Amino acid sequence: MNVTITVNGKAHTHDIEPRTSLVQYLRETLDLTGTHIGCDTSGCGACTVTLNGEAIKSCTMLAVQADGSEVTTIEGMAQNGEMHPIQAAFKEKHGLQCGFCTPGMVMVAADILKNYPKPSEDDIRHGLKGNFCRCTGYHNIVKSIQLAAETINE
Amino acid sequence: MIPAKFDYIKASSVSEAVNLLDKHGFDAKILSGGQSLLPAMKLRLNRPEIVIDINGIAGMNTIEETGDGVIIGANCTHTQILNSEVVYKNLNILHRTVQTLGDVQVRNRGTIGGSLAHADPSADYPAVVLACEANIEVEGKNGKRTIAATDFFEGIFTTALADDEIIIAVHFPKVAHGNYQKFYQSASRFAIVGVAVVHDGNAVRVGITGVSDTPYRATEVEKAYNGNSDAAEHAVDGVEVMSDHFADTEYRSHLTKVMVKRALEA
Ligand SMILES: Cc1cc2nc3c(=O)[nH]c(=O)nc-3n(C[C@H](O)[C@H](O)[C@H](O)COP(=O)(O)OP(=O)(O)OC[C@H]3O[C@@H](n4cnc5c(N)ncnc54)[C@H](O)[C@@H]3O)c2cc1C
Ligand code: FES
Ligand code: FES
Repeated sequence: MNVTITVNGKAHTHDIEPRTSLVQYLRETLDLTGTHIGCDTSGCGACTVTLNGEAIKSCTMLAVQADGSEVTTIEGMAQNGEMHPIQAAFKEKHGLQCGFCTPGMVMVAADILKNYPKPSEDDIRHGLKGNFCRCTGYHNIVKSIQLAAETINE
Repeated sequence: MIPAKFDYIKASSVSEAVNLLDKHGFDAKILSGGQSLLPAMKLRLNRPEIVIDINGIAGMNTIEETGDGVIIGANCTHTQILNSEVVYKNLNILHRTVQTLGDVQVRNRGTIGGSLAHADPSADYPAVVLACEANIEVEGKNGKRTIAATDFFEGIFTTALADDEIIIAVHFPKVAHGNYQKFYQSASRFAIVGVAVVHDGNAVRVGITGVSDTPYRATEVEKAYNGNSDAAEHAVDGVEVMSDHFADTEYRSHLTKVMVKRALEA
């Protein structure tokens, strides 16, 4: 099936099998391997990207369903060589250790901050419900998102 | 993990989707949010030959306020319901329920129609549609019909939907005084016990999910209530209570009474 998906601002057209998941399309067809696959069945959030501005788990959507949509992956966050404020905050606050969950964390943080420009700690922790981190114990991830909110609001 | 091969059809109208279902029978599956169906297909628990995507059908994703009710299109996502002013003001119990459901990403894709059709015994909406006495509007090859929530759930992953029918919308009455209490399964955040209570004058209606194969109205609690929350003692009267590694029958029964009491007193 022919689909056109705008990924990180650039339109791509490909003939793909309907059973291709969005994450598989991003990683294998577009070579955008920043989006990770953990569980592959909607449980861990590693594959989170935004679809038309909303965070989704890209393992649990067919690429053909994204036809005509705008997708942003972790590769689309930095602009002109400058890290996005969320990425910079994760670096500053040590919001990652092994980094496996980080792309998903950053993308879900973008959704949280869109809905809660001044999030409480609770808003952040509830927002992270669908994302697992096996290293950090979450405290520094929460601090990173708090710092990102401050930087963005400045 | 990759699902078995299938043909993908994006339906542009309800009648197109219904005709495809009628033609292909068991080989076809409706796809809405995909949050339950796609993982099941990847695990090959489900291997439809035709997947009918209903997301593009016009008019199925609106929330409408009527004189005494709220009509929610089957394709409305959980997020859309959570952010709806109309739901917040006229059906707060539903707003409160969706706050407890899944996570941001699941809420952004999953739909109320998909959840009801899926009929997971631990899903949240069933308790609320039962307590609110909502009506589920469906359409099949013989036209539309309405199924009362009390007649909709027939068992584990089983509903009163015929093979050629899809859910179009859910009709709720406005509810002034109601609430939802959920005891979370700690990993998945589904309900081990979910209790919806709607107050109607001195009477109550109580819907319970997570406890039995089929969500149910706690009619013995309703009969005994009369303003006294001790009626919660009757929460599992006549009910076959599920047992799993999260909660065995004895614990789940106890928990149900506790959660019903909380919901009655909230
Ligand atoms: C990590 C995670 C956590 C979750 N937590 C919760 C939770 O706490 N509480 C809860 O209640 N749910 C939870 N869910 C389930 C979630 O609510 C799903 O969105 C829902 O169960 C299915 O809706 P869907 O739109 O994704 O349906 P799909 O997956 O697209 O479809 C599910 C089934 O319904 C059928 N179907 C879909 N739409 C219709 C229709 N309009 N008419 C007829 N048949 C239809 C499909 O053919 C399929 O058999 C969770 C899911 C995940 C992945
Ligand atoms: S890989 Fe998608 S949620 Fe785990
Ligand atoms: S940093 Fe290792 S999983 Fe999160």
